[in-house]
Parts: sequence; structure tokens; C-alpha cells
Amino acid sequence: MAAAPASEIPRWVDYLLVPLVNLGVALLLTGVVVVAVGANPIEALKSLVFGAVGYPEAIGFTLYYATNFVFTGLAVAVAFHAGLFNIGCEGQANIGGLGVGLVCLALGQWPLVIVFPIAVAAAALFGAAWAFVPGYLQARRGSHIVITTIMFNFIASALMTYLVVHVLIEPGQQAPRSSDFAPGLWLPMAKDLTRALGIDIGDPPLNLFSLLAVLACVLVWLFIWHTRWGYELRTVGHSERAARYAGISRTRAIILAMLISGALSGLVAVNDIMGVHHYLPVGWTVGVGFVGIAVALMGRNHPVGIAMAALLFGALNQGGSEIAFDIPQITKEMVVVIQGLVILFCGALENMFKPQIAALFRRRAVAEAT
Amino acid sequence: MPSSPAAPAAPAVELIGIDKRFGAVHANRAVSVAIARGSIHGIVGENGAGKSTLMSILYGYYQADAGEIRVGGRPCRIHSSHDAIAAGIGMVHQHFMLVDDFSVLENVMLGIEGAPLLREATAKARAALADLSRSYGLDIDADAVIHDLPVGLQQRVEILKALYRGAEILILDEPTAVLTPQEVDQLFLMLRRFRELGKTVILITHKLREIMAVTDRVTVMRGGAVVDTVDTAATSREQLAEMMVGRKVLLQVEKPPATVGAVVLDVARLSVIDGSGVARVKDVSFNVRAGEIVGVAGVSGNGQSELLEALAGMRSFTGNVLVNGKAVTADHHYSLARMLRRRRVSHVPEDRQREGLVGPFAANESAILGYQDDPACNGLILMDRRKIVARCQTEMRSFDVRPCNPVLRTAAFSGGNQQKIVLAREIERDPALLLVGQPTRGVDIGAIEFIHRRLLEMRAAGKAILLVSVELDEILALADRILVMFDGRIVGELPRAEATEAKLGLLMAGIEGHA
Repeated sequence: MAAAPASEIPRWVDYLLVPLVNLGVALLLTGVVVVAVGANPIEALKSLVFGAVGYPEAIGFTLYYATNFVFTGLAVAVAFHAGLFNIGCEGQANIGGLGVGLVCLALGQWPLVIVFPIAVAAAALFGAAWAFVPGYLQARRGSHIVITTIMFNFIASALMTYLVVHVLIEPGQQAPRSSDFAPGLWLPMAKDLTRALGIDIGDPPLNLFSLLAVLACVLVWLFIWHTRWGYELRTVGHSERAARYAGISRTRAIILAMLISGALSGLVAVNDIMGVHHYLPVGWTVGVGFVGIAVALMGRNHPVGIAMAALLFGALNQGGSEIAFDIPQITKEMVVVIQGLVILFCGALENMFKPQIAALFRRRAVAEAT
Repeated sequence: MPSSPAAPAAPAVELIGIDKRFGAVHANRAVSVAIARGSIHGIVGENGAGKSTLMSILYGYYQADAGEIRVGGRPCRIHSSHDAIAAGIGMVHQHFMLVDDFSVLENVMLGIEGAPLLREATAKARAALADLSRSYGLDIDADAVIHDLPVGLQQRVEILKALYRGAEILILDEPTAVLTPQEVDQLFLMLRRFRELGKTVILITHKLREIMAVTDRVTVMRGGAVVDTVDTAATSREQLAEMMVGRKVLLQVEKPPATVGAVVLDVARLSVIDGSGVARVKDVSFNVRAGEIVGVAGVSGNGQSELLEALAGMRSFTGNVLVNGKAVTADHHYSLARMLRRRRVSHVPEDRQREGLVGPFAANESAILGYQDDPACNGLILMDRRKIVARCQTEMRSFDVRPCNPVLRTAAFSGGNQQKIVLAREIERDPALLLVGQPTRGVDIGAIEFIHRRLLEMRAAGKAILLVSVELDEILALADRILVMFDGRIVGELPRAEATEAKLGLLMAGIEGHA
């Protein structure tokens, strides 16, 4: 037998070519929709690409969105490796926001160097706590994690609205938001850095926290593939019986996976609340947790793939708003259609073209062998 | 059957130049076999030799890329199992395709009720079934519910199903895997009766003894191609094995006398009750001493699996288990399975694919399953992946795993090589006690020889070995003492010297009382 069995296709095909083909088909179909509403698809594509990466401010926005998607994408992936489908990143991010908000409101007089790590810890802790309950219920009571995490999204949303409107609201104000954090606690922005270097990149929300997204990718990769805990988690995810054979506690693996997943989701709040809003708003998550599912699917639950997929979705998010601005026939809702198609082809229909592509490569391999 | 002019001389089934590829895998290479009417024809070969593919083509599950099928001398296109049934071909699968909660009659008529109202259909089917039972001597209660029937009778229902659909040619895929020796004898009587009545039987098996016992001719396959088709009377087990493997094989490894030491495993009054409240193991007591192999025989499903899992810490149980004189208990940090590993109890599980290995893992990751927290392969936080890969490479080399590639996906290895990965992991930890379940299930002959030799080496090295196997040959080849389980109890214990197949068979069937 040869070193690699014939049924395996080259990795670059699996990880790069197949997603690119899917993306191409999604864009093609989007083109059809664009034509249908009476716009020029080439112009739309140009506008999309230019809007996403065409000038420094656009790139800043794209990277900012991508940062959020990296965290939720990693969160979904970690849970997925333990065989869990965490749909609750949205709610966990929301509650992570509470952690960040409380820390920043309470420690307004402290310097950023001290508050930042505390806020990061609080965001992770609050997110993890919110994910712990569904995790515990799944592990001990068999309540299905998909159901419980969805419900916890609603509970989180209601809870945050209540807290912001009734408890944390800025005194004497109508708007449902807390008071501003002390300016000393606002995260350093990329634009400030570039301005110091004499370059003006406009006003993108990109901030210091994006560096942590890179770090998170590395840490998750190390955890999943290079620690015994990651090993146990993957074992539980692949085969419960193998886990039982190896004496691995399923309960512990599930709870650990959900804690880490929730913590990663919670960290989104640092980017948005300390980096952009500088106060605690209501309903700020706007689907970041759900995009994370698509990102994880498209990135094959691997940090490198997730980083790339997050960049793609960040670009779609940013470029999409630009199209809506440039081309009157394409509304903001159309942009959602585009994103939906990308998710459909890259996520749900991920394997649609894979058999054909695999067959193509196998035929080539056979032809070479004979 | 349609009678063409050529019919009297034509074979019942003729496969001519059958070729089938799955991607780069050439599963069947220009296979030609002729099977004479009114004969029992064996097809043997190792796993992956292509015999299942060939039969799947004959039964319409796959289409051949090239070649022709002739039934009764006439070219015949078989695109689905419906076509196969219409051509008079019936198949009895290794894993029965019966509805457990239905009666025999309901199962037989399932899918071809033949009348809109069940009442009418049932009456017709009942009459037809009675006819069949009478003419073939297949006694069965038509109203018995399947899950109340022993496995041998369930198989009989499968055969009746095929006959009820007008099968002239019966394909049996590994039919004896789940039967006691006595049930096997009955099956063979049945097959001989078919032959007398002019039916044709194709028997797929890896048990050469059965081929010798019942077939007229036998086709040996290797690597997708036919090696030869020979008259059974003119060949021998050794010769068949050599044809299958392509080299000389020792069917029976040499076993020196045992030098037995102290008791390593002491089991007293162990009982297992499963999740649905059914007692699977009932009040079992025995021991295993250093330097001996104790075999647990029994028909599959009589509590052996549960016993093994309980001893390996995978199931809760009541009773006392002492390893080297001390009880093993779980604590807050370590589950029982882990504690047992720390006490040098190794376990080769019955289901290597779902328990002993993790299919999508790289081989080197599967090679530390259960030992993932071993300090030898861990730093403070990170695992030492380089060391793990190197260790796996060494193990693979000493157990002749092919391909010897520790980063290849576990699922990409063949059954025999997967089993070697498991054995290497468990044996190389230098255990005091080795628990082994079905060590050679689905493993080819060459690997069986290797695995048996390794187990005997462990025995010679003074390890205590508990061997659970449904293969009586394996138990007889390896064990020093044999425990027979029936219905969750140990119904007999025989030293190897006193054990005969007949004695064990009676015990396995629960017929003879406590020995």
C-alpha cells in the first residue's frame, strides 16, 4: 500500500480549493441576484472589493470586524471539537459585555495597563459563566446544548436590557446606555498609532485588541492539538466510547469546552465596548455570534482557517455596506442576501462540490500511477 | 427459472471478467468464477480481497465497470437487489436485516405483502411459509417474535425470507460468525439439503475449516483477483491459507507449557446491570494467574463483553475485583479506567474502531489513547508531540504496522494494522494484566498469526492474560483454562487439555449444567 491511501485528496485541495470554489459559486449566484434587481454585477463586485480593502479606512473596518469574528469563530470551533454545537456565542458575548462594563465603570480612576487585563479576565469569566450553565445541563442532564444555548441568547438579551435600563443607566438620561467610561480606559486606536507616524487612515474602529485575536488563534491551536486537555476534548468529540475506554470524563470535557468557548465569545465585548463604544449599550452584538458559526464552518474549525474566514466575513461586512452606499438598487438587506449565500455555499453546502473535485484529483492520481 | 437450450450444462451463475474500481482502489480485477448448479461453492480471501465487492455486484448493490453476469447461462443485467431477486438470487447478510419486534411471518412477507389488506396477505404468506418449511425441513414457529429467537433461528428466518422470494441461488455472507458449533452443524445440514434439492449455495467465509467441511468447490481471492478455483476434496486448509496470503502461514502457533505464578486478577461475585436494568453478568467469580491465558468462550451476547468492560473500568459493577491482591477504586481525579492503567492493567477492547482508536486522529494520537496524561509524553502544559510520534514509530516498527507512518489518519489503516496499533500500545506499557477482547476479529490470517504469537510471548513473560473471544478456534489455540459463559453466568470451567469443541459447544448453548 502506498504511503497515503487513494481515498485521501491533497490537503490544499480540501482546505483551499474547495472553499474557494464554493466562494466563487456564491459570488456567481450573487451576481445573478444583482442583475435581477437591475444593477451591474461587475460594478457591484468592484464596489464590494474596493469597499472592503480599497483604502486604509476600509481595511481598518474589515480588520475590526474580522477581530470579532475570529473570537466567535474560535469559540464555536472549540465547542465543536468536543462534539458540541454552541449557538450561544451571541449571548455569551453579550454577558461578557456586562463584565467589561462593570469593570470599566467601577475602576474608572485606574490606569489602563491595570484595568485592561482585569477587563479581559472579566469578559472571559462572564462569558464562560454564561456558557457553563448549558454545558453543565448537557453534561449532567442531557439537555440538548443547541436548544439551551439558543434560549440563553434570549435570556442574556433580556437580562442585559433590564440591567442597562434599570440599573446601569446613566443618571438623568433617556437613552438605554450606561455612562461613558473614563477616557483613560479607552483602548488605543490604530488611527492614533498611524497618526503618530504621520499617516492618516480616517476613522476606523480598529484598536489594540485585534492583536489579541492573533494570540487567541495561537493559544487555541496549542490547546486543541498540543495539550492533554485538548486531546481529551477531541476524543470526547469524536467518540464517546473511545473516551469511556480511555477513562476520560465526558462531563468534564464538555464543561471545559463550554467554559473556553464562552470565554472566547465574551472577549468580543472588549473589542466593541472598550475599543469602540466606550460605554455599555444595549443590543450591541448584532449577530456576531451567528457569523462565528459560519466562520468556524468555513475555517474547518482550525485557527488558520478561522482567521482567513473571519477576514473574508469582515470584508463582506464592510464591503457590503459600501455597495449599499454606492449602488442605490442594492440595499442593506441585499447585503444580507450576499452574506447568506456565502454562508450557504461555504457552510451548509460545504461538501456540494467536494466529491466532484475529489474524483477529479483521484482520476489524475490514478492516471499518474499507471 | 427460464430454461434455455444451454441450460442443462450451464452453471447456475457465471461471473465473467468482472472489474470494479473505487477511485484508485482496484477492488475486482477481471474476476471470473463459474458456480455449478446444485453445488455449494465457497469463496475465501482475506479482508479486502474483493469477495464482498464481488457478491455486492452479483446482488446488485454495485455495478461492475466491466464484465458480464450470466444466470443459468443467460446474460443478466443486475442493477439493484430487485433485479437480483427477480433473477432468483437471494442473500443472507452477516448482520441480519430483520425487524426485531415483528413475528417471523411478518418479517418474511415484509415488502412483498402482495395484497392490499394485511389479513389476506398474511393468510397467503402463512400457507407459503408452511410449504417452504416442510419442503426444506426448516422448522420454525411462524408467530414467534424475532427478538425471542436464538441467533441460529433468526438466521433461519433470513434464509426463509430469501426462499420465499424464490431464490434458487443463495449467497451467505459469513453465516457462522454468530453461531455455536452445534448451530453451525445444523446450518450445514440445511445447506446440504438445499444442494440435494438442486439449489445453489455461495458461501463467503474466512473460516477454512468450514470451507473444508461443507463446500464442493472453492474460489480463493487475493488483492481483488481470483487466485484459483479448486475442488475442495483436492485441497487442504494449509494450501488454501497459502493461496489466500501468498506465502506459507502457520495456522496454529506453537504453545509451550505454561509456568503459572501468583494470582494477578481475582474476581469475586461480580455482577453487571446495564442501563436498562437488565442483568448482563450474574455473580461471576474466577481468577487469572501470572503466566497463563484464561479464555472466556461463549456465543456473542452472553455477558462476556460486559464482563470485560467491567474489569476494564468502563462499566459499573458490584462485587470484588482485586488486582495483585489490592482493590482498585476511582477517586476524584482519576476514573476507574485510569486507575487500572496506573496499576498496569492493559485492555485491548473488543471494538477497536470505536473504542480502542479514534478514527480521525493521526495514528500517533491514537497510540496514546488512555495514556494521554502519562508524564512521559507531557511537559508541564504542552504535550511532547515529537516524543509521541517517535514512540509510535518505534511501536509500529516492532509490530510491523503497515504503512509505518505515525502521522497517517488512524482510519486509513486496515483492520489488522489498526489492531496492531492497539496491541502495540497496550503491550508496550509492560502490563501485569492484559485484558483482551476479540483480538483477531476482522483481522487477516497473516496478522492473526502475528497477534497470537505476541500474546503467547506475553504469557511466556509471566503476564496474566484474560482473553474473551467468540472464535472457538482462537480460545482453543491460546487458552490454558477456558471459562464458558452463558446468559451472564460462568457455566463451566475446563482446563485446555479437557476441552473439546463438542463439550464447549454444549456449555455455550447452555445445555449442560455447571461443570
